[in-house]
This record gives sequence, structure tokens and C-alpha cells, in this order.
Amino acid sequence: MQWTEFGVFTALFLLVSVMGFAASRWRRAASMEHLDEWGLGGRRFGSWITWFLVGGDLYTAYTFVAVPALVFGAGAMGFFALPYTVVLYPLVLLPLLRMWSVSKAHGYVTPADYVRGRYDSSLLATLVAVTGIVATMPYIALQLAGLEAVLRTMGLNGSGLAGHAPLFLAFVVLALYTYHSGLRAPALIAFVKDLLIYVVILVAVFYLPTQIGGWGSIIDDSAAVLSRPDPDTGQASGSILLGEHNQLQYATLALGSALSLFLYPHSLTGILASSGRRVIRRNMVALPAYSFLLGMLALLGYAALAIGVEPIVNGATGEPDSNTIVPVLFDRMFADWFAGLAYAAIGIGALVPAAIMSIAAANLWTRNIYKEHLRPGATPAQEAKQAKLASLVVKFGAVLSIVLIDPQFSIDMQLIGGVIVLQTLPAVAVALYTRWLHRWALVAGWGVGMSWGLWQLYLIPKDPVTGQGHFGGSAMPLSDFSLFGWQPLPDVRTQIYVGAVALLLNLLVAVVLTPVLRRSGASRGTDHTSPDDYLATGAGEGRERVEPGTDEVRAG
Amino acid sequence: MVDQERAATGRTPNHDRSPWNLLLLVPLLMLVTPLWNHDEPRVLGLPMFYWAQFLFVPLGVVCVGLVVRAANRRERGTERDGGER
Repeated sequence: MQWTEFGVFTALFLLVSVMGFAASRWRRAASMEHLDEWGLGGRRFGSWITWFLVGGDLYTAYTFVAVPALVFGAGAMGFFALPYTVVLYPLVLLPLLRMWSVSKAHGYVTPADYVRGRYDSSLLATLVAVTGIVATMPYIALQLAGLEAVLRTMGLNGSGLAGHAPLFLAFVVLALYTYHSGLRAPALIAFVKDLLIYVVILVAVFYLPTQIGGWGSIIDDSAAVLSRPDPDTGQASGSILLGEHNQLQYATLALGSALSLFLYPHSLTGILASSGRRVIRRNMVALPAYSFLLGMLALLGYAALAIGVEPIVNGATGEPDSNTIVPVLFDRMFADWFAGLAYAAIGIGALVPAAIMSIAAANLWTRNIYKEHLRPGATPAQEAKQAKLASLVVKFGAVLSIVLIDPQFSIDMQLIGGVIVLQTLPAVAVALYTRWLHRWALVAGWGVGMSWGLWQLYLIPKDPVTGQGHFGGSAMPLSDFSLFGWQPLPDVRTQIYVGAVALLLNLLVAVVLTPVLRRSGASRGTDHTSPDDYLATGAGEGRERVEPGTDEVRAG
Repeated sequence: MVDQERAATGRTPNHDRSPWNLLLLVPLLMLVTPLWNHDEPRVLGLPMFYWAQFLFVPLGVVCVGLVVRAANRRERGTERDGGER
């Protein structure tokens, strides 16, 4: 047991917990018993808070734990996270502005609200809501895996059921203060989290390499380790450059991740909570500051390889946990108190996004399932209550998915979530520009993309050597692509991200069925939005509050 | 065309199309892996694969920044002309 590390970690953890409880008083509104207040912080967040909030949920345990773990295990492939966060902002800038404007004009809180208004289809909106909730769970699970890695490195590495106890405890704390304060809790804690993370990263990326002999020798040593043949497969585990089969995978992982990010309800929450278009624009320029750090952190995977870090064996499962390599690296290279600080940064960096994700999923449940189907006449207070309860359920759902899906690399949990959430792209993102696609064609496209994508993921073995197990990763060779038994590319071993293929199938079905449905005269529904709504600058921001529900009146 | 729109709605047409937006395509070059999937030349010990991709971060910021600046100007112009409701 590492007592100094554990003491520093616990002290910082307690500090943010107190902040979480105090957050409900921050910029207090008349009543927290309103979903707009609890779930969007009153739509009043300016540039700085938005930067911390959105940055806080984009750069998470994913950055600190999962990306370096992939670099450690596979080399260059793990670096796809850098192009992901670079192509992200140019891709989403314009659609997000339109989304913010139309949401402001109609009081939309979730992507499903928007789909309902745009397509007048309760079914499509419900599908978008359910997809968002399900896709969020493995992403939260990734945060849990990061936190777990830190706790195990500090010595809380029990076996059996007791091995999961510290994780459970941390999540009870998180659940309680999210329940109390809503979005204000993570927004406030994000400041502390980012401060800690910046200190840790700057020290790690500038001090560590000098201790190990500079990047040149770190890379060369890593290349030697990665090229060693694996005793089981006889193949190298990775390389410091991309090979002939994984370049397409690299590009599609980056592109797919970038396209999926703002389809997740939690990332959109951060955008919708901002106070204006100019705030969003400024953030799209400022957020890449995090990308730089992400790339530097990815290189820590090589630092760990070069000094021969061995991942800690998970006491509960008996398997080496590659998520522990950065914590172990810190433990070996830093003084105990600083390692404790770094662990707190990772731990809090996992909790903030987990809180935001569960709040966003809860918003979806409340607005688009509870109020839509179960209790249409719910009062704002009842809605807020439902959202709070749902956020608890989602968190515990994530705990379950960490047990059920256990891929080789934890980053695949996020990528599996990506395959799922990408299927809402035609209904949410394409719809921001055109309503040409028929609503039933969108439903059919969703069905095909989702079922094909999940089936492919199921087929990917957990153990590549024996071919046993399921949900082992997120990429497939093109040779495995088959349509009802027909394999168009039987000899192509090039790998590709399953999400990219599933999205293409989804779009293809939607495009082909649209003219058919139009000719058959199937109703297209009423569009409750007008072209001007997508460009509204939010004139009179803050002065006039659009209450949820008033859009029906306007549209009628 | 613009005048027609103004006459019909009684306010300045407001849209998000602009030639500046084409700049957003430039950072997507980062997805073309053969451009930088090389070991040499190295900078500070890092193979080209790594430093070249790091260089795309400021490139992306500049491209998005220029688009944003143009859009902010346009929006301010619209508001002055009475684009606000």
C-alpha cells in the first residue's frame, strides 16, 4: 500500500467532493427543480466555463490512461487520437453553431428534442434518445477503468468482489453530488481538474524524457520492444510507424471518432449550455490546446515501454491491466507526493466527464422517454426528479458494462460506443442541413447500421490467438466484410473501423429508400423548425427565456 | 437575390455560407497517412510520424481561427444593419 500517494489522492478527492456539494449554490437560480437549471446550468455559461466544461469531457481518462495504454501495446496506432482531436473542430464548427441556434430558438435540451421537432417523428426521436443513452454507458465505463487503474496502482488491488469495492465507493460519492448539484458540480470541479492535469502533464512530458535519455532513445528502445515477436502469435505486437494494413484503420478511427464525439449527448450538453454562438466559435479555436497535451501524453506510452514498465495484474480478474502503465510509470519516476497528485488528476479527470455523461443521458431519458411516453403531463419538478434518478441508473449501468464488455484495450469501449452513436448522424447532423432524407428511411438506415455494426463487434474475438470471446475490439479486416454471405473483398487484409462501414451502410439505406417512400406517399411529417432558426444569433440572450414546450405553440 | 430576400422578410438575410469555410477542409489532410508516415527526418529525436502530426494542431487552429474571425465580422455587420429581431 502506497500511503503517501494514497493520502494526497484522498485529500484532493475530498476537496472536490466538498466543492461538488457547494456547487449548487454557485450562480444560484430561483429553483433547481427545473431541468433547464439542473441539466444545462441555465444556458448561461460563457467562454471560460464552456472551455473547461467541454474540454473536461473530451479529455478524460481516455487521454490519460486509454491512449497511452494503446501506444504501449500497439505503437503508432495509438496515436490516432491526435488526428481525431485535430480534424474534430473544423468538422463540427458549422453544424454545432446551427444546432445551438435551433436549440435556443425552440428550447431543445437534447439531440432527440431536435429530431422530434425536425421530423415530427416520435419513433425517430425515441431511437435517437435510446441510442445516446446506450452509447454513453461504455464511455462512462472507460472512465471507471481509468479510476480503477489508479486505485490498483496505489495498492487497492484486492481480489474477487472486494477488489471492486474502492471503485464502487468513488462512484457513490460522484453519484451523490451529481444528484444534488446537476451540471454545476462538474463545471466547477473541472477547474480543479484541469489545473491538476496541466501541472502533471507539463512535468511529465518535459521532465520524464530527460530522465530516460531523450525522445530519440525512447522511440528507438520502444521500436525494439514492439518488434519482438509475441510468444503466442509469433508476430510483432506493433511498430512506431503504420504498416500496410492499418493506415485505413488509423484514418477511419480518427474520422469516426471525430464525427461521433458531438453526437454523444454529453458533448452536446456542454455546447448547448453555452451562452452564444460567439462562445462556441471561440472555443473551437481554443480547445485544440488540449490536443497538444493529448499527443504528449500518448508518447508517455513509449516512455513506459522504454523503461520496461510491467502492467499491474488486476487482482479481480487475474489478467495484466494495460491501463495501469501510466500510473506505474509515475510511481517509478516521481516522488510519492507528486505521484499522488497525478493520480488525483487522473481520478478526478475520470469523474468529471462521468458526471457530465450521466447527466446528459439522464436528460435524454427524462425529456424523450419519460415525458414523451410515460408521463406526458409531468411538472418541471417531476422532470428534474426523474433526471436525477436516471443519472444514478446510468452510472450503475456503466459499472455493469465494465464487467460485461472487457476488450483487450480499454479505448475500444469508447470506440464501441462510437459505432453505436454514429448511427444517429444522419438523423441529427445531416438534418441540420437538409430534410431531404425521409423519416422512415432514417429509421430503416438506423436499424441496418446498428444491427450490422453490433453484429460485427460481437464477432471480433476477445482473444485474437484462440479466436475466443466477443467484443474484443473495434476494427475488422475488409476481407471479413460480407453481405448475406457475399464477400466482395475476400483477399484484402486492410483493417477498417467498424463504425465507418456501419455508418456508410446506414446512409446508403436512407438514401435509397427516400425516393421510394416519397413515391409511395408516406407522410413526411411537419417541420417545426424554420431556416432562420438555424442562424439565430441569440439576440436578447438571457433576457428572454424560451421555456421547453413553447415550441408547439409557435409551430401551431 | 439578396434584395429580394430583404424585401420578403423585412430583414437582412443571414446565412452561414462563406468562401472562408473552405479553409476548414485543409486540416483534413491529416487523414492522408502516406503524407507523414515516415521515420526520417527526425526532429528532437521524434520521427516525422509524430512531429508532423503535432504540426497539424497549430495548422488546424489557424484555419478554424480565420473562419471564425470572418464569421464574427459578418455577424456583427448583420446585427448593425438591423438583423436583430
